[in-house]
Amino acid sequence: MAQSSARGYSYHRHALLVRVSHWINAVVLALLLMSGLQIFNAHPSLSWGKSSYTGRSPVFETTAVTGADGQPVGITRVFDHSFNTTGVLGVSQMDGRPVARGFPSWLTVPSYQWLAMGRHWHFFLAWILVINGIIYLAFSALSRHLVHDLTPTRADWRSIGRSIVDHILLRHPTGSAAARYNILQKLAYLTVIFLLVPLMILTGWAMSPRLDSLAPGWVSFLGGRQSARTLHFAVAWTLVLFFLIHVFEVLISGLWNNLRSMITGRYVIPADHHTPDSR
Amino acid sequence: MKRRNLLTALAGLCVSGCDALSRSQWFPNLLKSGEDLSRTVQNALTPRRAMAQEFSERDLSPNFRSNGTSNPADDAYQALARGGFADWRLQVDGLVERPTSLSLAQLRAMPARVQITRHDCVEGWSAIGKWKGVQLAALLAAVRPKPSARYVVFHCADPMDRVGTRYYESIDFDDAYHPQTILAYALNDADLPIANGAPLRVRIERQLGYKMAKFIMRLQLVDSYAGIGAGHGGYWEDRGYEWYAGI
Repeated sequence: MAQSSARGYSYHRHALLVRVSHWINAVVLALLLMSGLQIFNAHPSLSWGKSSYTGRSPVFETTAVTGADGQPVGITRVFDHSFNTTGVLGVSQMDGRPVARGFPSWLTVPSYQWLAMGRHWHFFLAWILVINGIIYLAFSALSRHLVHDLTPTRADWRSIGRSIVDHILLRHPTGSAAARYNILQKLAYLTVIFLLVPLMILTGWAMSPRLDSLAPGWVSFLGGRQSARTLHFAVAWTLVLFFLIHVFEVLISGLWNNLRSMITGRYVIPADHHTPDSR
Repeated sequence: MKRRNLLTALAGLCVSGCDALSRSQWFPNLLKSGEDLSRTVQNALTPRRAMAQEFSERDLSPNFRSNGTSNPADDAYQALARGGFADWRLQVDGLVERPTSLSLAQLRAMPARVQITRHDCVEGWSAIGKWKGVQLAALLAAVRPKPSARYVVFHCADPMDRVGTRYYESIDFDDAYHPQTILAYALNDADLPIANGAPLRVRIERQLGYKMAKFIMRLQLVDSYAGIGAGHGGYWEDRGYEWYAGI
Protein backbone atom coordinates (compact mmCIF):
# COMPACT_ATOMS: atom_id res chain seq x y z
CA MET A 1 0.00 0.00 0.00
CA ALA A 2 2.61 2.50 1.10
CA GLN A 3 4.78 4.11 -1.57
CA SER A 4 8.17 5.43 -0.54
CA SER A 5 10.21 8.20 -2.07
CA ALA A 6 13.05 10.45 -1.03
CA ARG A 7 10.59 13.04 0.29
CA GLY A 8 8.69 10.55 2.41
CA TYR A 9 5.99 7.99 1.67
CA SER A 10 2.34 8.02 0.90
CA TYR A 11 -0.37 5.68 2.01
CA HIS A 12 -4.12 5.18 1.75
CA ARG A 13 -5.43 7.17 4.71
CA HIS A 14 -9.23 7.32 4.36
CA ALA A 15 -11.58 4.57 3.14
CA LEU A 16 -13.90 5.48 0.26
CA LEU A 17 -16.98 5.29 2.50
CA VAL A 18 -15.41 7.64 5.04
CA ARG A 19 -14.50 10.13 2.31
CA VAL A 20 -17.98 10.10 0.75
CA SER A 21 -19.75 10.41 4.12
CA HIS A 22 -17.38 13.25 5.11
CA TRP A 23 -18.33 15.38 2.11
CA ILE A 24 -22.04 14.57 2.42
CA ASN A 25 -21.79 15.75 6.03
CA ALA A 26 -19.99 18.94 5.02
CA VAL A 27 -22.73 19.95 2.58
CA VAL A 28 -25.64 18.73 4.70
CA LEU A 29 -24.44 20.36 7.95
CA ALA A 30 -23.89 23.70 6.20
CA LEU A 31 -27.41 23.60 4.71
CA LEU A 32 -28.93 22.39 8.00
CA LEU A 33 -27.38 25.42 9.72
CA MET A 34 -28.67 27.83 7.07
CA SER A 35 -32.19 26.38 6.93
CA GLY A 36 -32.16 26.22 10.73
CA LEU A 37 -31.39 29.94 10.91
CA GLN A 38 -34.29 30.51 8.49
CA ILE A 39 -36.56 28.70 10.98
CA PHE A 40 -35.03 30.65 13.91
CA ASN A 41 -35.82 33.92 12.11
CA ALA A 42 -39.57 33.15 12.31
CA HIS A 43 -39.28 33.68 16.08
CA PRO A 44 -35.82 35.16 16.74
CA SER A 45 -35.92 34.61 20.47
CA LEU A 46 -34.69 31.81 22.74
CA SER A 47 -36.13 31.02 26.16
CA TRP A 48 -35.34 28.60 28.95
CA GLY A 49 -38.19 26.46 30.24
CA LYS A 50 -41.29 24.61 29.12
CA SER A 51 -42.83 27.54 27.24
CA SER A 52 -41.79 30.88 25.75
CA TYR A 53 -44.10 32.78 28.07
CA THR A 54 -43.08 31.90 31.60
CA GLY A 55 -42.84 35.44 32.96
CA ARG A 56 -39.04 35.37 32.55
CA SER A 57 -37.11 37.20 29.84
CA PRO A 58 -35.67 35.34 26.84
CA VAL A 59 -31.99 34.33 27.16
CA PHE A 60 -31.23 35.47 23.60
CA GLU A 61 -33.22 37.68 21.28
CA THR A 62 -32.79 39.82 18.20
CA THR A 63 -35.19 42.69 17.57
CA ALA A 64 -35.51 45.72 15.32
CA VAL A 65 -36.31 49.17 16.67
CA THR A 66 -36.52 52.56 14.96
CA GLY A 67 -33.54 54.79 15.66
CA ALA A 68 -33.59 58.56 16.29
CA ASP A 69 -32.92 59.21 12.58
CA GLY A 70 -35.86 57.02 11.56
CA GLN A 71 -33.58 54.24 10.36
CA PRO A 72 -34.10 50.68 11.67
CA VAL A 73 -31.63 49.54 14.33
CA GLY A 74 -30.87 45.89 15.06
CA ILE A 75 -30.66 45.05 18.75
CA THR A 76 -29.38 41.74 20.11
CA ARG A 77 -30.08 40.90 23.73
CA VAL A 78 -28.08 38.22 25.55
CA PHE A 79 -29.47 37.73 29.07
CA ASP A 80 -29.72 41.33 30.29
CA HIS A 81 -27.14 42.83 27.94
CA SER A 82 -28.13 44.68 24.77
CA PHE A 83 -25.89 45.23 21.75
CA ASN A 84 -26.37 47.24 18.59
CA THR A 85 -25.92 44.63 15.87
CA THR A 86 -27.34 46.55 12.90
CA GLY A 87 -26.16 45.01 9.64
CA VAL A 88 -25.81 41.49 10.99
CA LEU A 89 -28.43 40.60 13.64
CA GLY A 90 -31.88 42.16 13.98
CA VAL A 91 -31.55 44.42 10.95
CA SER A 92 -29.56 43.64 7.80
CA GLN A 93 -29.40 44.67 4.18
CA MET A 94 -31.55 42.88 1.63
CA ASP A 95 -31.73 44.00 -2.00
CA GLY A 96 -29.96 47.18 -0.95
CA ARG A 97 -32.23 48.27 1.90
CA PRO A 98 -32.30 47.48 5.63
CA VAL A 99 -34.91 44.95 6.70
CA ALA A 100 -35.85 43.50 10.09
CA ARG A 101 -34.72 39.87 10.31
CA GLY A 102 -32.84 37.76 12.88
CA PHE A 103 -29.92 36.42 10.85
CA PRO A 104 -28.93 38.08 7.56
CA SER A 105 -30.09 36.72 4.20
CA TRP A 106 -26.63 35.41 3.24
CA LEU A 107 -26.79 33.00 6.21
CA THR A 108 -30.26 31.57 5.55
CA VAL A 109 -31.82 29.10 3.12
CA PRO A 110 -33.85 30.36 1.33
CA SER A 111 -32.25 33.81 1.54
CA TYR A 112 -35.57 35.67 1.96
CA GLN A 113 -38.10 34.94 4.74
CA TRP A 114 -39.87 31.69 3.76
CA LEU A 115 -40.47 29.51 6.82
CA ALA A 116 -42.39 26.72 5.04
CA MET A 117 -39.54 26.19 2.55
CA GLY A 118 -36.88 26.40 5.26
CA ARG A 119 -38.68 23.63 7.14
CA HIS A 120 -38.83 21.43 4.03
CA TRP A 121 -35.07 21.84 3.56
CA HIS A 122 -34.30 21.27 7.24
CA PHE A 123 -36.33 18.09 7.79
CA PHE A 124 -35.23 16.51 4.49
CA LEU A 125 -31.56 17.22 5.24
CA ALA A 126 -31.96 15.93 8.80
CA TRP A 127 -32.92 12.56 7.32
CA ILE A 128 -29.84 12.61 5.05
CA LEU A 129 -27.67 13.36 8.10
CA VAL A 130 -29.20 10.51 10.10
CA ILE A 131 -29.02 7.95 7.26
CA ASN A 132 -25.45 9.01 6.39
CA GLY A 133 -24.53 8.81 10.08
CA ILE A 134 -25.98 5.32 10.50
CA ILE A 135 -24.08 4.05 7.42
CA TYR A 136 -20.85 5.69 8.67
CA LEU A 137 -21.23 4.23 12.18
CA ALA A 138 -22.03 0.74 10.89
CA PHE A 139 -19.01 0.84 8.57
CA SER A 140 -16.74 2.26 11.27
CA ALA A 141 -17.75 -0.44 13.74
CA LEU A 142 -17.48 -3.33 11.28
CA SER A 143 -14.22 -2.17 9.66
CA ARG A 144 -12.80 -1.41 13.13
CA HIS A 145 -12.10 2.20 12.01
CA LEU A 146 -13.68 3.22 15.32
CA VAL A 147 -11.41 1.02 17.41
CA HIS A 148 -8.20 1.41 15.41
CA ASP A 149 -8.28 5.06 14.43
CA LEU A 150 -10.61 6.88 16.83
CA THR A 151 -10.42 5.17 20.23
CA PRO A 152 -7.70 6.76 22.39
CA THR A 153 -4.95 4.38 23.55
CA ARG A 154 -3.16 4.50 26.91
CA ALA A 155 -0.21 6.14 25.13
CA ASP A 156 -2.62 8.74 23.70
CA TRP A 157 -3.89 9.66 27.15
CA ARG A 158 -0.30 9.97 28.44
CA SER A 159 0.53 12.33 25.56
CA ILE A 160 -2.39 14.67 26.17
CA GLY A 161 -0.33 17.37 27.92
CA ARG A 162 2.27 17.46 25.16
CA SER A 163 -0.45 17.39 22.51
CA ILE A 164 -2.11 20.47 24.01
CA VAL A 165 1.22 22.33 23.98
CA ASP A 166 1.92 21.18 20.39
CA HIS A 167 -1.48 22.46 19.25
CA ILE A 168 -0.95 25.83 20.91
CA LEU A 169 2.50 26.17 19.35
CA LEU A 170 1.08 24.99 16.01
CA ARG A 171 3.57 22.08 15.92
CA HIS A 172 2.49 19.06 13.94
CA PRO A 173 3.58 15.44 14.19
CA THR A 174 5.83 14.06 11.50
CA GLY A 175 6.84 10.55 10.50
CA SER A 176 4.81 7.65 11.81
CA ALA A 177 3.04 9.86 14.35
CA ALA A 178 1.52 11.86 11.46
CA ALA A 179 -0.07 8.68 10.15
CA ARG A 180 -2.29 8.49 13.23
CA TYR A 181 -4.82 10.87 14.73
CA ASN A 182 -3.47 12.64 17.83
CA ILE A 183 -5.37 12.54 21.11
CA LEU A 184 -7.03 15.97 20.78
CA GLN A 185 -8.07 15.12 17.23
CA LYS A 186 -9.58 11.82 18.39
CA LEU A 187 -11.44 13.51 21.24
CA ALA A 188 -12.74 16.23 18.92
CA TYR A 189 -14.08 13.70 16.41
CA LEU A 190 -15.55 11.47 19.13
CA THR A 191 -17.25 14.49 20.73
CA VAL A 192 -18.85 15.44 17.41
CA ILE A 193 -19.90 11.88 16.55
CA PHE A 194 -21.14 10.68 19.94
CA LEU A 195 -22.14 13.86 21.77
CA LEU A 196 -22.86 16.88 19.57
CA VAL A 197 -24.68 15.25 16.64
CA PRO A 198 -26.76 12.96 18.93
CA LEU A 199 -27.62 16.05 21.03
CA MET A 200 -28.76 17.86 17.87
CA ILE A 201 -31.03 14.93 17.02
CA LEU A 202 -32.37 14.61 20.57
CA THR A 203 -33.09 18.32 21.00
CA GLY A 204 -34.64 18.30 17.51
CA TRP A 205 -36.95 15.46 18.56
CA ALA A 206 -37.83 17.35 21.74
CA MET A 207 -39.30 20.16 19.61
CA SER A 208 -41.64 17.80 17.75
CA PRO A 209 -45.10 17.84 19.39
CA ARG A 210 -45.73 14.29 18.19
CA LEU A 211 -42.47 12.89 19.60
CA ASP A 212 -43.28 14.65 22.87
CA SER A 213 -45.69 11.72 23.39
CA LEU A 214 -42.86 9.17 23.02
CA ALA A 215 -42.60 8.79 26.81
CA PRO A 216 -44.52 10.86 29.37
CA GLY A 217 -42.64 14.02 30.26
CA TRP A 218 -39.31 13.07 28.65
CA VAL A 219 -38.86 16.57 27.21
CA SER A 220 -38.66 17.92 30.78
CA PHE A 221 -35.30 16.15 31.19
CA LEU A 222 -33.90 18.68 28.70
CA GLY A 223 -35.51 21.51 30.67
CA GLY A 224 -38.67 21.68 28.53
CA ARG A 225 -39.38 22.35 24.86
CA GLN A 226 -38.07 25.90 24.79
CA SER A 227 -34.89 24.84 26.62
CA ALA A 228 -34.49 22.13 23.99
CA ARG A 229 -34.82 24.80 21.26
CA THR A 230 -32.16 26.90 23.01
CA LEU A 231 -29.86 23.86 23.34
CA HIS A 232 -30.43 22.97 19.67
CA PHE A 233 -29.25 26.47 18.76
CA ALA A 234 -26.26 26.39 21.15
CA VAL A 235 -25.05 22.96 20.01
CA ALA A 236 -25.39 24.05 16.36
CA TRP A 237 -22.97 26.91 17.03
CA THR A 238 -20.69 24.52 18.94
CA LEU A 239 -20.53 22.49 15.73
CA VAL A 240 -19.65 25.70 13.86
CA LEU A 241 -16.84 26.22 16.37
CA PHE A 242 -15.62 22.66 15.69
CA PHE A 243 -15.78 23.41 11.95
CA LEU A 244 -13.66 26.57 12.34
CA ILE A 245 -10.98 24.77 14.39
CA HIS A 246 -11.09 21.80 12.02
CA VAL A 247 -10.57 24.00 8.95
CA PHE A 248 -7.83 25.96 10.74
CA GLU A 249 -5.94 22.74 11.56
CA VAL A 250 -6.41 21.48 7.99
CA LEU A 251 -5.00 24.76 6.64
CA ILE A 252 -1.89 24.84 8.83
CA SER A 253 -1.04 21.14 8.72
CA GLY A 254 -0.85 20.90 4.92
CA LEU A 255 -3.97 22.00 3.07
CA TRP A 256 -3.41 20.10 -0.20
CA ASN A 257 -2.18 16.92 1.47
CA ASN A 258 -5.18 16.90 3.79
CA LEU A 259 -7.66 17.78 1.05
CA ARG A 260 -6.24 15.12 -1.28
CA SER A 261 -6.44 12.47 1.42
CA MET A 262 -10.12 13.26 1.91
CA ILE A 263 -10.76 13.17 -1.87
CA THR A 264 -8.55 10.38 -3.26
CA GLY A 265 -7.51 8.80 0.03
CA ARG A 266 -3.75 9.30 -0.59
CA TYR A 267 -1.81 11.04 2.19
CA VAL A 268 1.91 11.85 2.12
CA ILE A 269 3.99 11.44 5.26
CA PRO A 270 6.94 13.79 5.02
CA ALA A 271 10.39 12.17 5.56
CA ASP A 272 11.49 12.41 9.16
CA HIS A 273 14.99 11.36 10.10
CA HIS A 274 14.13 10.88 13.72
CA THR A 275 11.78 7.98 13.18
CA PRO A 276 12.60 4.41 12.17
CA ASP A 277 10.16 4.60 9.21
CA SER A 278 12.47 6.67 7.04
CA ARG A 279 15.68 4.73 7.61
CA MET B 1 -8.51 40.63 -0.97
CA LYS B 2 -8.87 38.50 -4.10
CA ARG B 3 -9.43 35.41 -2.00
CA ARG B 4 -12.12 37.26 -0.07
CA ASN B 5 -13.86 38.24 -3.31
CA LEU B 6 -13.73 34.61 -4.42
CA LEU B 7 -15.29 33.46 -1.14
CA THR B 8 -18.03 36.10 -1.40
CA ALA B 9 -18.73 35.01 -4.96
CA LEU B 10 -18.90 31.35 -3.91
CA ALA B 11 -21.26 32.15 -1.02
CA GLY B 12 -23.43 34.21 -3.38
CA LEU B 13 -23.55 31.33 -5.83
CA CYS B 14 -24.61 28.96 -3.06
CA VAL B 15 -27.35 31.29 -1.79
CA SER B 16 -28.78 32.03 -5.25
CA GLY B 17 -28.51 28.33 -6.13
CA CYS B 18 -30.53 27.39 -3.04
CA ASP B 19 -33.10 30.08 -3.86
CA ALA B 20 -33.43 28.83 -7.44
CA LEU B 21 -33.88 25.25 -6.19
CA SER B 22 -36.55 26.44 -3.72
CA ARG B 23 -38.51 28.06 -6.55
CA SER B 24 -38.24 25.08 -8.90
CA GLN B 25 -41.00 22.54 -9.38
CA TRP B 26 -39.09 19.33 -8.76
CA PHE B 27 -36.80 20.16 -5.84
CA PRO B 28 -39.46 21.04 -3.22
CA ASN B 29 -41.26 17.83 -4.21
CA LEU B 30 -38.06 15.92 -3.43
CA LEU B 31 -37.73 17.74 -0.09
CA LYS B 32 -41.35 16.92 0.78
CA SER B 33 -40.61 13.19 0.47
CA GLY B 34 -39.03 13.66 3.89
CA GLU B 35 -42.47 14.59 5.28
CA ASP B 36 -43.92 11.14 4.45
CA LEU B 37 -40.87 9.45 5.96
CA SER B 38 -41.18 11.54 9.14
CA ARG B 39 -44.88 10.77 9.51
CA THR B 40 -44.32 7.04 8.95
CA VAL B 41 -41.48 6.88 11.49
CA GLN B 42 -43.29 9.04 14.07
CA ASN B 43 -46.42 6.88 13.73
CA ALA B 44 -44.28 3.78 14.23
CA LEU B 45 -42.46 5.22 17.26
CA THR B 46 -45.46 6.66 19.11
CA PRO B 47 -48.66 4.66 19.58
CA ARG B 48 -51.79 6.25 18.08
CA ARG B 49 -53.17 6.92 21.54
CA ALA B 50 -49.90 8.10 23.12
CA MET B 51 -50.63 11.22 25.14
CA ALA B 52 -49.03 14.65 24.83
CA GLN B 53 -47.48 15.93 28.05
CA GLU B 54 -49.89 17.63 30.46
CA PHE B 55 -48.74 20.31 32.88
CA SER B 56 -49.72 21.81 36.21
CA GLU B 57 -51.34 25.18 36.99
CA ARG B 58 -47.99 26.74 37.90
CA ASP B 59 -46.71 26.13 34.34
CA LEU B 60 -49.49 28.29 32.81
CA SER B 61 -48.31 31.15 30.62
CA PRO B 62 -49.36 34.49 32.16
CA ASN B 63 -51.02 35.52 28.89
CA PHE B 64 -51.92 32.97 26.28
CA ARG B 65 -50.56 34.46 23.07
CA SER B 66 -52.98 35.10 20.21
CA ASN B 67 -51.64 34.38 16.73
CA GLY B 68 -53.13 34.58 13.25
CA THR B 69 -56.61 36.11 13.25
CA SER B 70 -57.28 37.89 16.54
CA ASN B 71 -60.76 39.18 15.64
CA PRO B 72 -62.48 37.95 12.45
CA ALA B 73 -63.36 40.81 10.07
CA ASP B 74 -66.72 39.32 9.22
CA ASP B 75 -70.15 40.92 9.77
CA ALA B 76 -71.97 37.66 10.51
CA TYR B 77 -69.32 36.66 13.05
CA GLN B 78 -69.36 40.09 14.71
CA ALA B 79 -73.17 39.86 15.05
CA LEU B 80 -72.82 36.46 16.74
CA ALA B 81 -70.12 37.83 19.06
CA ARG B 82 -72.35 40.77 20.07
CA GLY B 83 -75.00 38.27 21.12
CA GLY B 84 -72.53 36.33 23.25
CA PHE B 85 -72.65 33.51 20.65
CA ALA B 86 -76.18 32.58 21.84
CA ASP B 87 -77.26 32.29 18.17
CA TRP B 88 -74.10 30.46 17.07
CA ARG B 89 -74.53 26.83 16.05
CA LEU B 90 -71.93 24.25 15.12
CA GLN B 91 -72.93 22.41 11.94
CA VAL B 92 -71.79 18.79 11.70
CA ASP B 93 -72.35 17.22 8.29
CA GLY B 94 -70.73 15.46 5.35
CA LEU B 95 -70.25 11.70 5.43
CA VAL B 96 -72.29 11.09 8.59
CA GLU B 97 -75.49 9.11 9.27
CA ARG B 98 -77.05 11.85 11.40
CA PRO B 99 -76.07 15.40 10.44
CA THR B 100 -76.74 17.79 13.30
CA SER B 101 -76.19 21.25 14.63
CA LEU B 102 -75.36 22.12 18.20
CA SER B 103 -75.57 25.30 20.26
CA LEU B 104 -72.84 26.37 22.66
CA ALA B 105 -75.17 25.48 25.56
CA GLN B 106 -75.61 21.97 24.18
CA LEU B 107 -71.84 21.54 23.86
CA ARG B 108 -71.33 22.77 27.43
CA ALA B 109 -73.91 20.25 28.64
CA MET B 110 -71.87 17.34 27.23
CA PRO B 111 -69.16 15.60 29.32
CA ALA B 112 -66.06 17.82 29.31
CA ARG B 113 -62.33 17.17 29.39
CA VAL B 114 -59.93 19.65 31.05
CA GLN B 115 -56.27 19.60 30.06
CA ILE B 116 -53.24 21.82 30.65
CA THR B 117 -51.15 21.48 27.52
CA ARG B 118 -48.40 23.19 25.59
CA HIS B 119 -49.26 24.95 22.34
CA ASP B 120 -46.35 24.80 19.88
CA CYS B 121 -46.40 27.31 17.04
CA VAL B 122 -44.72 26.52 13.71
CA GLU B 123 -42.75 29.75 14.26
CA GLY B 124 -41.02 28.19 17.26
CA TRP B 125 -42.69 29.62 20.37
CA SER B 126 -44.72 27.68 22.94
CA ALA B 127 -47.42 28.74 25.41
CA ILE B 128 -49.13 26.66 28.09
CA GLY B 129 -52.88 26.96 28.65
CA LYS B 130 -55.71 25.18 30.45
CA TRP B 131 -58.42 24.07 28.05
CA LYS B 132 -61.90 22.74 28.64
CA GLY B 133 -64.08 21.21 25.97
CA VAL B 134 -65.90 18.27 24.43
CA GLN B 135 -63.93 15.31 23.14
CA LEU B 136 -64.33 15.21 19.36
CA ALA B 137 -64.70 11.41 19.66
CA ALA B 138 -67.92 11.89 21.66
CA LEU B 139 -69.36 14.22 19.03
CA LEU B 140 -68.43 11.79 16.25
CA ALA B 141 -70.14 8.95 18.13
CA ALA B 142 -73.34 11.02 18.12
CA VAL B 143 -73.31 11.75 14.38
CA ARG B 144 -72.07 8.28 13.32
CA PRO B 145 -69.49 8.65 10.54
CA LYS B 146 -70.12 6.63 7.37
CA PRO B 147 -67.53 3.93 6.61
CA SER B 148 -66.13 6.01 3.74
CA ALA B 149 -65.32 9.01 5.99
CA ARG B 150 -61.57 9.50 6.52
CA TYR B 151 -61.02 13.12 7.56
CA VAL B 152 -62.67 15.77 9.70
CA VAL B 153 -62.59 19.24 8.09
CA PHE B 154 -62.93 22.35 10.28
CA HIS B 155 -64.54 25.32 8.53
CA CYS B 156 -63.87 28.64 10.27
CA ALA B 157 -65.43 32.09 10.42
CA ASP B 158 -62.27 34.12 9.84
CA PRO B 159 -61.67 35.56 6.36
CA MET B 160 -57.96 35.48 5.51
CA ASP B 161 -58.01 37.95 2.60
CA ARG B 162 -60.22 40.42 0.74
CA VAL B 163 -61.74 37.80 -1.56
CA GLY B 164 -63.10 35.97 1.46
CA THR B 165 -60.89 32.86 1.60
CA ARG B 166 -61.69 31.43 5.01
CA TYR B 167 -59.44 29.49 7.36
CA TYR B 168 -59.92 25.74 7.33
CA GLU B 169 -58.06 22.68 8.54
CA SER B 170 -58.33 18.91 8.40
CA ILE B 171 -57.21 15.92 10.49
CA ASP B 172 -57.43 12.17 10.07
CA PHE B 173 -59.36 9.79 12.32
CA ASP B 174 -56.28 8.89 14.41
CA ASP B 175 -56.19 12.46 15.65
CA ALA B 176 -59.98 12.93 15.60
CA TYR B 177 -60.46 10.05 18.05
CA HIS B 178 -57.41 10.87 20.22
CA PRO B 179 -58.50 11.44 23.85
CA GLN B 180 -56.84 14.88 23.98
CA THR B 181 -58.53 16.12 20.80
CA ILE B 182 -61.22 18.40 22.18
CA LEU B 183 -63.46 21.17 20.91
CA ALA B 184 -62.55 23.80 23.51
CA TYR B 185 -64.92 26.54 24.68
CA ALA B 186 -62.90 27.63 27.75
CA LEU B 187 -59.32 28.79 28.31
CA ASN B 188 -57.81 29.21 31.79
CA ASP B 189 -61.19 28.79 33.55
CA ALA B 190 -62.89 31.54 31.52
CA ASP B 191 -64.93 31.64 28.32
CA LEU B 192 -62.66 31.24 25.31
CA PRO B 193 -61.63 34.81 24.34
CA ILE B 194 -62.22 35.99 20.77
CA ALA B 195 -58.44 36.40 20.31
CA ASN B 196 -58.05 32.66 20.99
CA GLY B 197 -60.88 31.48 18.78
CA ALA B 198 -64.29 32.04 20.45
CA PRO B 199 -66.70 30.44 20.61
CA LEU B 200 -65.00 27.14 19.72
CA ARG B 201 -61.54 25.99 18.70
CA VAL B 202 -60.04 22.56 18.34
CA ARG B 203 -57.07 21.25 20.35
CA ILE B 204 -54.89 18.68 18.56
CA GLU B 205 -52.12 18.36 21.10
CA ARG B 206 -49.61 16.32 19.08
CA GLN B 207 -49.46 18.73 16.16
CA LEU B 208 -48.46 22.36 15.63
CA GLY B 209 -50.69 25.36 16.33
CA TYR B 210 -51.84 26.02 12.78
CA LYS B 211 -53.73 22.68 12.80
CA MET B 212 -55.85 23.90 15.74
CA ALA B 213 -58.51 25.87 13.89
CA LYS B 214 -60.20 28.76 15.73
CA PHE B 215 -63.69 30.33 15.25
CA ILE B 216 -65.12 26.96 14.14
CA MET B 217 -68.50 27.13 12.38
CA ARG B 218 -68.79 23.70 10.79
CA LEU B 219 -67.34 20.20 10.92
CA GLN B 220 -67.48 18.29 7.67
CA LEU B 221 -66.57 14.61 7.34
CA VAL B 222 -65.03 13.75 3.99
CA ASP B 223 -63.23 10.89 2.26
CA SER B 224 -60.75 13.31 0.65
CA TYR B 225 -59.89 16.98 1.10
CA ALA B 226 -58.70 17.36 -2.50
CA GLY B 227 -61.81 19.36 -3.47
CA ILE B 228 -61.60 21.86 -0.62
CA GLY B 229 -59.63 25.12 -0.93
CA ALA B 230 -56.53 24.51 -3.04
CA GLY B 231 -56.72 20.82 -2.11
CA HIS B 232 -53.90 20.47 0.42
CA GLY B 233 -56.09 20.09 3.50
CA GLY B 234 -55.77 23.49 5.15
CA TYR B 235 -55.25 27.22 4.74
CA TRP B 236 -51.53 27.06 5.53
CA GLU B 237 -51.10 23.72 3.76
CA ASP B 238 -52.35 25.47 0.60
CA ARG B 239 -49.44 27.90 1.16
CA GLY B 240 -46.71 25.27 1.39
CA TYR B 241 -46.82 24.09 5.01
CA GLU B 242 -46.99 20.38 5.86
CA TRP B 243 -50.39 18.70 6.28
CA TYR B 244 -48.75 16.49 8.89
CA ALA B 245 -47.59 19.00 11.51
CA GLY B 246 -46.17 16.56 14.04
CA ILE B 247 -42.74 18.19 13.68
